[in-house]
Amino acid sequence: MNVLGQARLWLNLTRSHGIARRYFVVNGFDGGLTMLGLNMGFWISDASDLEVVLNACLGAAIALAVSGVSSAYLSEAAERRKALSELEEAMGKDLGASAHGRAARWVPLLIALVNGAAPLLISLFILSPLWLARAGVALPLPPLLAALGCAFFALFLLGVFLGQVSGRHWLGSGVQTLLIALLTAGLVLLLE
Amino acid sequence: MINVKRLLLDVLKPHSPNALEFARALAETGPDYRVQVKVLEVDEKTETLQVEVAGGAIDFERLHEAIGQCGGSLHSIDEVEVTGGE
Repeated sequence: MNVLGQARLWLNLTRSHGIARRYFVVNGFDGGLTMLGLNMGFWISDASDLEVVLNACLGAAIALAVSGVSSAYLSEAAERRKALSELEEAMGKDLGASAHGRAARWVPLLIALVNGAAPLLISLFILSPLWLARAGVALPLPPLLAALGCAFFALFLLGVFLGQVSGRHWLGSGVQTLLIALLTAGLVLLLE
Repeated sequence: MINVKRLLLDVLKPHSPNALEFARALAETGPDYRVQVKVLEVDEKTETLQVEVAGGAIDFERLHEAIGQCGGSLHSIDEVEVTGGE
């Protein structure tokens, strides 16, 4: 069985598909809103040094990723160990060498990677206009405004994804997360 | 050559994998295995199955290993059909 097949089997055995999806959305949303807030803050402060903006945002993105990986790993590993030990008690045997044992060891790592990668990837997408501008690529909008546009778009896409998961209409769900993003931007504007 | 043609097993396994996935995992251990799984009892975390495996030459060790891989535990071998060749 290939790596993807194994991962699917482990997620299936531990019924963890939903958990991984939930972590992806929750931490991806955290990443998107954090980048939105940071970029809004820089925009209302008229920050012009792209290096400073990029480093600050990248620092926050890395911190979110590390926090996502470590917190999810610690909590999921504890949950999986508990579930395995309860199952072993019910079965009256050691399941360490079975697929359940391997799933209990690997699923926390898989979920942790999803939880850490979601805010990092979404943040990198939002920061891409700043990188392009620093590399000398001409953008149709000022870099910070383009990054804010990417943030709104990424958060809208997360809503669309949630809509698909729940079976709701994608547009309604996308608009819902977009409204949350607009509310966040509005709250940051109050600082001005 | 002695071949095991049919086995009736009493197996305890966790709810996951379910009976269909479990039967598939067992069937994959031989080229011509027919596997029939009957759920006899369902508890909070486990279920007791009656598993019937039929085939030209059943490899019991591989079958036992597959049951273990699925987290199952073989409780007893209730029926066996073996043929002896020349």
